[in-house]
Amino acid sequence: MKGRWSTAAWVGLVALLLFTPITGLVLAGYSVELHGQRPLWLACMAVLGYGLFSLPWKRWLSELQRSTRSEEVDAPPRVAGSRRYGIALAVLVALALPFLLGKYGISIATLALIYILLALGLNIVVGLAGLLDLGFVAFYAVGAYGYALGQHYFHLSFWLALPLAALLAACFGMLLGFPVLRLHGDYLAIVTLGFGEIIRLILNNWVSVTGGPNGLSAPFPTFLGLEFNRRAKQGGVPLHEFLGIDYASEHRAIFLYLLLLLVVLAMVYVVVRLKRMPIGRTWEALRENEIACRSLGINHVTVKLSAFALGAMVGGLGGVFFAASQGFVNPTSFTFFESAHILAIVVLGGMGSTTGVVVAALLLTVLPELLRDFADYRVLLVGIAMVWMMILRPRGLRQRRRPLFSLPLPKGEGP
Amino acid sequence: MDIYIIGQQWVNGLVLGSTYGLIAVGYTMVYGIIGMINFAHGDIYMISAYLTAIFLALFAAMGLHSVPVVLLGVLALTLLFTALYGWSVERVAYRPLRRSTRLAPLISAIGISLILQNYVRISQGARNQGVPPLLEGSFRFPAEALDHRFIQITYLQSLIVITALLSMALLTWIIQRTALGRACRATQQDRVMATLLGVNTDRIISLVFVMGAAMAAVAGFLVTLNYGSFDFYVGFLMGIKAFTAAVLGGIGSLPGAMLGGVVLGLAESFFAGFVNSDYKDVFAFSILILFLIFRPSGFLGVPEVEKV
Repeated sequence: MKGRWSTAAWVGLVALLLFTPITGLVLAGYSVELHGQRPLWLACMAVLGYGLFSLPWKRWLSELQRSTRSEEVDAPPRVAGSRRYGIALAVLVALALPFLLGKYGISIATLALIYILLALGLNIVVGLAGLLDLGFVAFYAVGAYGYALGQHYFHLSFWLALPLAALLAACFGMLLGFPVLRLHGDYLAIVTLGFGEIIRLILNNWVSVTGGPNGLSAPFPTFLGLEFNRRAKQGGVPLHEFLGIDYASEHRAIFLYLLLLLVVLAMVYVVVRLKRMPIGRTWEALRENEIACRSLGINHVTVKLSAFALGAMVGGLGGVFFAASQGFVNPTSFTFFESAHILAIVVLGGMGSTTGVVVAALLLTVLPELLRDFADYRVLLVGIAMVWMMILRPRGLRQRRRPLFSLPLPKGEGP
Repeated sequence: MDIYIIGQQWVNGLVLGSTYGLIAVGYTMVYGIIGMINFAHGDIYMISAYLTAIFLALFAAMGLHSVPVVLLGVLALTLLFTALYGWSVERVAYRPLRRSTRLAPLISAIGISLILQNYVRISQGARNQGVPPLLEGSFRFPAEALDHRFIQITYLQSLIVITALLSMALLTWIIQRTALGRACRATQQDRVMATLLGVNTDRIISLVFVMGAAMAAVAGFLVTLNYGSFDFYVGFLMGIKAFTAAVLGGIGSLPGAMLGGVVLGLAESFFAGFVNSDYKDVFAFSILILFLIFRPSGFLGVPEVEKV
């Protein structure tokens, strides 16, 4: 205990030293202003934080896990009853949401769905296959710009652009995947980071094609050829006239939200199924030990490429929806920070867990909107959470121990 | 092609390259000793830029105006505090992960990078910061030339190259000749064996982070004096460029870092001068990717064999 106190004193002292120049002396032009209290407060917080962090979190978490684990290992590999109701309820709430929220609320919900989609895609690459991709935003950009450019130059409609842009993103994923196959963890991360930055810089600098920093417009999708505007252009029929209802500007937002929700649900289903399929198992096996996998005759090329392509495709889908919901794309939406944000969602969701990723995406998009006062501190807190998560639970919050294979129980002998 | 323009690009490239080399040392030493990419190293550099500006302003407020005193004093303080940042980051975010999964340290480093950037943004504001010009004037070769037919080296540029060379020499001496350096090399070769032979490897790893941060601080100090302007995001691009330099030279190799820095600096300034300055970052990233894919061991590195 005495050691703890002296360490705490050291923490306070070092923190005071660290914080004094940066937070206590604020640059104003070529001179500094003194903010004497800030480093003191921060040093107190550091000591407090040290106290909090040195509580036995690891033991508590594993005890919590132990109390729930027995049930999890024994549960047959299908969705348990209570969970099924939970999922149904969540879907119902998600379906009803746009009709309860205002226009602003719908736009937040749409953004949350886009992040869920992106995080699901990155989760395949990082969480399942264990390939740290720091340039995921490249595929997001490919999707968004694929739609905007396709519309601009070839007059592609949203419905045609959606699969095409996803396909294009998947091709980019393969393109990136091929050369990086030989690289291991850290190098892979840096190569993907460079790739993401190259894509953004090209979008930014190739002004004659992409419009450069000014960006491009991306029109709103139509529904079976019906438009969502008050008046359709060139002889089209607006949706509200066709249905005989009053025009409301929310209709288009609701429509896009529901469409996106459909895609997200389909994606969740696909990912959950994929995890149980041989390919999903192979991804996870490759993540755990590549050499062992290759010795067992697993073709690591196809396995890694499929993860890359699938993840990229989902990212591309997200990009198309992002472009359509914003009505506009420009390169500032596709910085490294966006990649880091999506990675943070995957990490905080507990890498590899689908539910966790969905919850984390919701939290990280909705919470900042609710806590506007803390908007400045959002990224700071996300960073702290990432580090803490890595220290406590590097393999994900839930750390599921699932049976490697389960024999079908003989009838009548079930638990 | 005009010989003076080419010569000027050589000068610019060398100056740029020596700062890359200084930062690359941090990447290469950390990678050599614990095999992780310290993603937050660029942000340590950014912190040192802020510290330089803050200490310069402090010295000015205290009425110290003698240029050598200010330069040495600010450099010493910046070095000290940046090293403290490097040490704390290692202690808080990387040491607990020593036996963790492969991806954990890198993700933790990304978290630290976000933390440092936003910590500075919140406390110092998001706006561009600057330092007053401290050392003006330049050498010209030939001295009495007319209309751009000369090569110009500012005093600061020569200061950058000289300081970079001196600090590299000092670091090389520490690593090659002192007991501390021997412990570093032993830890790099075989951490378990070094521990068995009585080397406190945790302390050595901390020391490596401190030395890396100190070198980044030298670079931050020099670059800030030279360009005079920076913001909380400068560390990102500088970090990637310096990492590219480390990879070019062969990651893990100390002379390689400096060589890679100079090669990258020259390549970049020639590309910007003669091809296209809009795409110079794309060029640097492409070099990085090509090298990682086709020659991950760089110029001076040894190929890495993954063992079971």
